Amino acid sequence: MPKRTDLKSVLVLGSGPIQIGQACEFDYSGTQALKALREEGIRTILLNSNPASIMTDPGRADATYIEPLTLGVLEKIIEAEQPDAILPTVGGQTALNLAMEAHESGLLERAGVRLIGAQPEAINRGEDRQLFKALMDGLGLETCRGGFAHNMGEARDLLKLTGFPAIIRPSFTLGGSGGGIAYNVDEFETIVARGLDLSPTKQVLIEESILGWKEFELEVVRDLDDNVEVICSIENLDPMGIHTGDSITVAPALTLTDPEYQRMRDAALAVIRAVGVETGGSNIQFALEPETSRIIVIEMNPRVSRSSALASKATGFPIAWVATKLALGYRLWELPNAITRMTKAAFEPVLDYVVVKMPRFTFEKFPQADKVLGTQMKSVGEVMAIGRSFQEALQKAVRSLEESHKGISGALEGKLDLGRLKEHLLIPGPQRIFWVYHALKAGHSVEELHRLTRITPWFLREIEEIVVLEGRLRSFPVDRLPEELLEKAKRAGFADDQISVFCSGTEAEVAARRDKLGLRPAYKRVDTCAGEFLAETPYLYGTWEDYSEASPTDRPKAIVLGSGPNRIGQGVEFDCCCVQAVEAIRASGVEAILINCNPETVSTDFDTSDRLYFEPLTYEHVKAVVDREAAGGKLLGVFAQFGGQTPLKLASPLHAAGVKLLGTPLNTILDAEDRERFGQALKRLDIPAPAWGMATSYEQAKDIAQRLAYPVMVRPSFVLGGRAMAVVFDDAGLEKYMREAVAVSNDQPILLDRFLDGAQELDIDVVCDGEQVVIAGLLAHIEEAGIHSGDSYAVIPALGVPEEILETVKGYARKLALDLGVLGLMNLQFAVKDGIAYCLEANPRASRTVPFVSKATNVDWAGVAARIGLGQSLKQQGITDGVPRAVSVKGVVFPFAKFPGVDPVLGPEMKSTGEVMGIGDTFGEAYAKALLAAGIPLPLSGTVFLTVNDRDKARLPELAQKLVALGFGLCATEGTARTLEASGLKVRKIFKVNEGRPNAVDLLKNGEVQWVINTPLGRDAFFDESAIRREALRLKIPCLTNLSAALAACEAVETLRGEMKVRAIQSLG
Amino acid sequence: MHAHLILKDGTIFRGRAPLGFGGGGEAVFTTAMAGYQEILTDPSFAGQMVCMTFPEQGIYGIHADLNEGTRPWATGLLCRRLTFAPDHTRSEGDLPAWLKRHHIPVMTDLDTRALTQHLRDQGAQPSLIWTELDGSLDAGVAKAKALPDMTGQALCAEVSCKDRYELNPDGAFRVAVLDGGIKLSILDQLVGAGLHLEVFPWDAPATELAAKRFHGLFLSNGPGDPAALPGMQKEVEACIGKLPIFGICLGHQLLGQAFGGRTFKLKFGHRGANQPVHDLMTGRIEITAQNHGFAVDEASLPKDVEVTHRHLSDGTVEGLRHTRLPIFSLQHHPEASPGPHDAHPAFNRFVALLQEFHHA
Repeated sequence: MPKRTDLKSVLVLGSGPIQIGQACEFDYSGTQALKALREEGIRTILLNSNPASIMTDPGRADATYIEPLTLGVLEKIIEAEQPDAILPTVGGQTALNLAMEAHESGLLERAGVRLIGAQPEAINRGEDRQLFKALMDGLGLETCRGGFAHNMGEARDLLKLTGFPAIIRPSFTLGGSGGGIAYNVDEFETIVARGLDLSPTKQVLIEESILGWKEFELEVVRDLDDNVEVICSIENLDPMGIHTGDSITVAPALTLTDPEYQRMRDAALAVIRAVGVETGGSNIQFALEPETSRIIVIEMNPRVSRSSALASKATGFPIAWVATKLALGYRLWELPNAITRMTKAAFEPVLDYVVVKMPRFTFEKFPQADKVLGTQMKSVGEVMAIGRSFQEALQKAVRSLEESHKGISGALEGKLDLGRLKEHLLIPGPQRIFWVYHALKAGHSVEELHRLTRITPWFLREIEEIVVLEGRLRSFPVDRLPEELLEKAKRAGFADDQISVFCSGTEAEVAARRDKLGLRPAYKRVDTCAGEFLAETPYLYGTWEDYSEASPTDRPKAIVLGSGPNRIGQGVEFDCCCVQAVEAIRASGVEAILINCNPETVSTDFDTSDRLYFEPLTYEHVKAVVDREAAGGKLLGVFAQFGGQTPLKLASPLHAAGVKLLGTPLNTILDAEDRERFGQALKRLDIPAPAWGMATSYEQAKDIAQRLAYPVMVRPSFVLGGRAMAVVFDDAGLEKYMREAVAVSNDQPILLDRFLDGAQELDIDVVCDGEQVVIAGLLAHIEEAGIHSGDSYAVIPALGVPEEILETVKGYARKLALDLGVLGLMNLQFAVKDGIAYCLEANPRASRTVPFVSKATNVDWAGVAARIGLGQSLKQQGITDGVPRAVSVKGVVFPFAKFPGVDPVLGPEMKSTGEVMGIGDTFGEAYAKALLAAGIPLPLSGTVFLTVNDRDKARLPELAQKLVALGFGLCATEGTARTLEASGLKVRKIFKVNEGRPNAVDLLKNGEVQWVINTPLGRDAFFDESAIRREALRLKIPCLTNLSAALAACEAVETLRGEMKVRAIQSLG
Repeated sequence: MHAHLILKDGTIFRGRAPLGFGGGGEAVFTTAMAGYQEILTDPSFAGQMVCMTFPEQGIYGIHADLNEGTRPWATGLLCRRLTFAPDHTRSEGDLPAWLKRHHIPVMTDLDTRALTQHLRDQGAQPSLIWTELDGSLDAGVAKAKALPDMTGQALCAEVSCKDRYELNPDGAFRVAVLDGGIKLSILDQLVGAGLHLEVFPWDAPATELAAKRFHGLFLSNGPGDPAALPGMQKEVEACIGKLPIFGICLGHQLLGQAFGGRTFKLKFGHRGANQPVHDLMTGRIEITAQNHGFAVDEASLPKDVEVTHRHLSDGTVEGLRHTRLPIFSLQHHPEASPGPHDAHPAFNRFVALLQEFHHA
């Protein structure tokens, strides 16, 4: 029995949009928390602005508020729902900060609502570095030398204590953002200034450097009886100095003696007790100096964290579920171990495998960004791999990244400049581990590499063994590979296609050789107890040993391929689709088997599917699972349409190997993906499309561009998320693009499309069962064509677009889906110009917008598609066109604040990391909420700085008049001001950055401008504008780079001035 | 060198014997992820070949301060991978060379998970590491079938000290220690608790152990079947009621028998560093280190002996207390090594008991 029986309803705070430092791990933790609460019969209320998450699916909570995570909204929800308590510890830093804000504002006390999991005092002790440091001193635990500064003077004093290099961390920021390492006075002052600015408490911590020490984390849980246990230890392969989110990490800690580990465990227990985290999970970070074994406490998170998600997946222990039960007053020994079912949650999980986590970076999206890794997190996703050795897990992790590396040996091939080796080893970047491999291959010693990288020599030696194995493999042709060597290589994590490169063969030949020698993967269970107890849990990983457990069942079954690591262009929304699909499959009485490698997700929870294979999403690994599962029961086939582009890429090889694809067949996929074939289909069906052409050289491209007429949209032919996509306006731009893009596209042709300047874009998701097509949702973009759909705000229903256009587009979509033979979901994009709707592209799979549309229409569209794949028609399912229940606007968030050097301007290449949803009765209300949820609180009064390009000048007076009517003052640079004056508006003229002082940036700095509306003028004004945009970003002044969005924002301002309503999605129409 | 692990029940696992020789012993598994050196030198593992369920072994090498006995007592190491070039700034050598020096066989490249599951389901049992040089597999299987079971084996004589010795003569209380194969870290903890120790060989009589000069008696851990030690049991019985007693592991089992209870063999034992123990006196959980193949049968205990600790997973007895006499015992290892320190306060509990008894 839980100690507390006073809780009838609990409000769970989510983490909002996906951003760097706070990704879908909090979808996992929130979803588990809701489940844990509902099992107890507690009414659950959820606040989260993220529509792409599973937790905001309507069935997960009793009342789901997809609203901005602000104090005002929270107050209204508390008023409406009268919850007994708030659970703030499963929604990351965002939830914790909001809960603290609610506490400090007196809201919680006023409303009589308590926090459960962690009390404000404990949160403060854990989060406020000053309190934390004092607490550690009291416990006799060491922390870094240093202290807190609130201004530059104090910072300089502290510098005398720490010396260089000095570590600077702002208090209370996401993923340590704004922090850094300073090696000289200049760097010191720059980072301190930025940190003071970014910290909500205007405080930075300045500390001695412990760069190069070993770094560890312990995941700890505690119950109300003060029982404390360590769920998982994590060792960072990358030493101190690189944010743990950006580090390669292993679990469990490998290189510690037991006394060293136990000292750390003792310290962790003392820390969680002293901080006073009542119940639930915490994460505590340590540094250990290898020479002395001196241990320093780095920090603690008094909440479930990214590492908790990793620890949950690494051990099988559901930390967020347990943490929530503990918050309700259960004791650890009262809770079952959900994996073994026979034993209790009071124990410490043990592993009989090695886990490696690797971060996924997307620097290719931000070429101007500083790629050096430091204390500020820069990765956007991660993968985890499980193996029976470090080598195996490492190589599997590398493959899971989907960066086209077949293993650790493959990366950097061809672009290896050994002359720059030292630099790459010394200065950590996203590819350092591959440099390590090649340095060893080039004969550099482990000792030398350790000196340069400070990576613990054991890891380096293990990598050196992989190098040695590569050398031995290279001395055989495929058909003569000795059994012992091949087995050793497989056990060291080599993939068939990796070996095929060494042995001058093909992947299929290596697989055939393996088969001949009887070498097949074995599947082992993740069971929390290293085999000590019998576990039925179907959480499996593949390795190369003699005995497989968990034989396939005799049931009908279907495999769903997951979406791999989060990246820009493919994030949590695809996980949401996979989970919807899995649930639909299970509900249809078919066994749902999921393959994925992303530890942050709901899909990789052991109880989401009937069977989870935690494996890389490559052909070899997927095919092996298919073979294993086909050995028992009836394998109906594989779904490749829910995990984004990742599974779609596997459709061809799987099909070729005779694996049945469920839903949309391969031919349809190729018809939609292949530009030529798709063009033919459009022509056949009489659907307009922008003129286009394909080129492999600049000369060819120039001819095509002239035929199409500038501007033209250019991109490599096979891309995701608009990678390397651009709009070019002239020959010079085209030439530059062709030079750079050909490198990105691996010599694949470049596509050129006529760019429909100023067109209205529409996004449509349809479901087709072969006989009937249903429209799931039709969205109108708020920004006009030219901005990637993933970066655009969009509204459903498609307000402002004439009805006959919408009908035309729906008609086109229906025709196309039927003609191509889609079975399941398809997403289409249209651009409307001069009354004509042009089809831009089709994606024969669940799209990024499906979860958003699901929330707007209350239909699990991915589930509908999955049922079609299992043979249930739309009619049988009773599904008709989706009906939006209110006005919903999808908003987006960008990572620009993490990349100080990057110009925060939008274009055809996707840059956003996550999305939010605003729901309202009117467009204005929904858009205002979307902006607010995305962290862009529009000003209600003040001065607007306007600077627009010539193309936008025609619509400028309309915007300016609206702003004036709303009471805003205007200021503008010369050209824009002239247009405004010509239409009789009063405007203050100001200088451009290089024209004189005071200029636009001065005004921003002086607080004289509250809102920037700047549409890019092109390359000439590039530097000037980018300085303005960057300054606005730094000062958190809203900056819209698009006129349509600005016009929409005027409506939003009107709403914001009135009373904003909140509504649970369950209460909508 | 290719090798096979042959179990008494005829099951065979393939692997390698990198040191080039085989050996035998009762195959048991431990789930402790670190601490191979402490485990291999723990005298309680005498006669046993230990399967480490965690696949990477030997990473941090061998350390002078990690021994739990005077030499490795386990008769074999069964593992998946072994590091030959260890990595630790204070390491004094590598695990394979150390094993070779002590002629302890090791088997690598084993499917240790499959082996563990087999031992879990079929029970810990005698086994052989059978190398290519040892002859045919059939011969190995025949030999394995003839191996004696652990039940009935008395092994204390082999691992106990031969002569009495003293430690920490300045200690506040003078305590007799019966060494059935004591771990060095238990001695450290007793000394650390401020006790003056006189350590006696396993066959010391009660007249010596309960001599007037002693304030208390400590009964150590040790290998083998407690039921095969009637002599020790008799001497312990004779000490009951004469002075405060604290027993750990084998000491706990001997006390259980001395009280009139029975012990029995667990199917595969408790071996690891993550074992949850419910302290019935406080209601709290301790995560403990454990290493035992036998347990005290609760039903066989007399009324004046109370169960104070229970294993959370299978409910077996983890701690006893006499309701009238100053005697308590623990089945698990409060000294840990390797393992968590949650149960450390047990040593202070002993000191408190001595204080209460002698000052009250």
